[in-house]
Amino acid sequence: MSLKQLARKYLPATIALLALLALWQALATSGAVPSYMLPSPGDVLAVFPQDGALLAHHTLVTLQEAALGLAAGVAAGFAFAVLMDAFGTLRRAVYPLLVLSQTVPVVAIAPLLVLWLGYGIAPKVVLVALATFFPVAVGLLQGFQSVDPDEVSLMRSMGAGRWQVFRFVKIPGALPEFFSGLRIAAAYAVVGAVISEWLGGFSGLGVYMTRVQKAFAFDKMFAVIFVVSAISLVLMLLVGLVERRAMPWRHVHSEKEKR
Amino acid sequence: MPESTSKHPLLHVQDVAVSFEGRPVLRGVSLALRRGELVSLLGASGGGKTTLFNVISGLLAPDAGRVLLGGRPIDGSMGHVSYMMQKDLLLESMRVADNVGLPLRLRGAAKAAARAEAEALLPSFGLAGTGGLWPSQLSGGMRQRAALARTYLFSRDVMLLDEPFSALDAITKSELHAWFLETQQRLGLSVLFVTHDVDEAVLLSDRVLVLADGRIAADVAVRGPAARTPDFALTPEFLDCKRQVRGFL
Repeated sequence: MSLKQLARKYLPATIALLALLALWQALATSGAVPSYMLPSPGDVLAVFPQDGALLAHHTLVTLQEAALGLAAGVAAGFAFAVLMDAFGTLRRAVYPLLVLSQTVPVVAIAPLLVLWLGYGIAPKVVLVALATFFPVAVGLLQGFQSVDPDEVSLMRSMGAGRWQVFRFVKIPGALPEFFSGLRIAAAYAVVGAVISEWLGGFSGLGVYMTRVQKAFAFDKMFAVIFVVSAISLVLMLLVGLVERRAMPWRHVHSEKEKR
Repeated sequence: MPESTSKHPLLHVQDVAVSFEGRPVLRGVSLALRRGELVSLLGASGGGKTTLFNVISGLLAPDAGRVLLGGRPIDGSMGHVSYMMQKDLLLESMRVADNVGLPLRLRGAAKAAARAEAEALLPSFGLAGTGGLWPSQLSGGMRQRAALARTYLFSRDVMLLDEPFSALDAITKSELHAWFLETQQRLGLSVLFVTHDVDEAVLLSDRVLVLADGRIAADVAVRGPAARTPDFALTPEFLDCKRQVRGFL
């Protein structure tokens, strides 16, 4: 991409972001809002050198919970999607329940998990797994079902077995939907970990958040919000990178366009 | 064209009948294909041509009748004929050489071996140098040739081609006709070819079967030159034959 194209793509959003920060800075320094309630962006940045080591420690804990939970959620989602795709009766039995289960907010299950599993890492990982399972399972299932049935017929006419159809047609065909689901799941993973930490625990960004809240440390609350959104952003970018590597055929320009 | 080498025709379809939800689509179709012969099956869209191909390939069990290959019934098993469907059905997630070599991999060949064999075949299908491309980088005509190469590499005695050129523009289509005539004669392919284009049927085939009302309504032999080229379409014999076929539509 040329510099001009890059500028055209990203410049408007960058300017909008900078304008928003400038507005915030102006609002905080004008005195319209008391500075202890709305710290300026500069005040928030000042937290990082001061509280950096502590934030890094809590971030690592949250990341660990999010990663473990996401891995478990993806594994379970994959297994369910494969089974639901292979067995129509199972799909008709389980799929409506899965959709129904999405009416239960994650926040509502969290206290229950704490009571069952204690204050350690277990309830956090389980909560993240529960939150990330659904988008992955549904994305993959839709991907499997969207595969052209003629492609399956062709494979069968060439004597392909079930596993070969799965490997050569279904899996590659479902990848786009899988990654859409995974992107959402990655964002859920961080949020899920933080929420579960609010409700009890010894470390993690959620625990740090509740502590600084009790101390009315507004600058630190903003700082931790920054960290949480930065982690989500990085995770989503990572998913995007893996996606490009996993589906190189989606990122080629056709010969016809070149001519 | 080589003569039949055994007493059985290569492919023998006997009284095949198929109904969908009580509506008969095929009402007792019989046909025979000899080795090295190209027979086209002509008929209106929705007239059961694709259904017949699904029966011959084993994808669909007929309500009555049977399909014999080299004298032996196929009995609903698959993988006995090379079947190219209407769409090219190249898998977008595989490079061209891997798509063409897919039949070998399904048979258990390693990826590298299948790719090498496919690469070696590409030039004779007019696809030299395209093995490393993705299907989305090919033109419509190249995609059809790649699908044909894959069908060829499945290397069964009988090839079923279901309207392989129907989705192409007129110029690409006539280019492919010339290439296909040459390739079919050079490799001695035995082909059953579905089309709804009378000109295409007469130009390419040794015999034209007209499928109407679920039956073979006519079996017209095409008397063309031994080494056929698209110039055949400019001869009085071609027009004669075309007129004859049209009479049955």
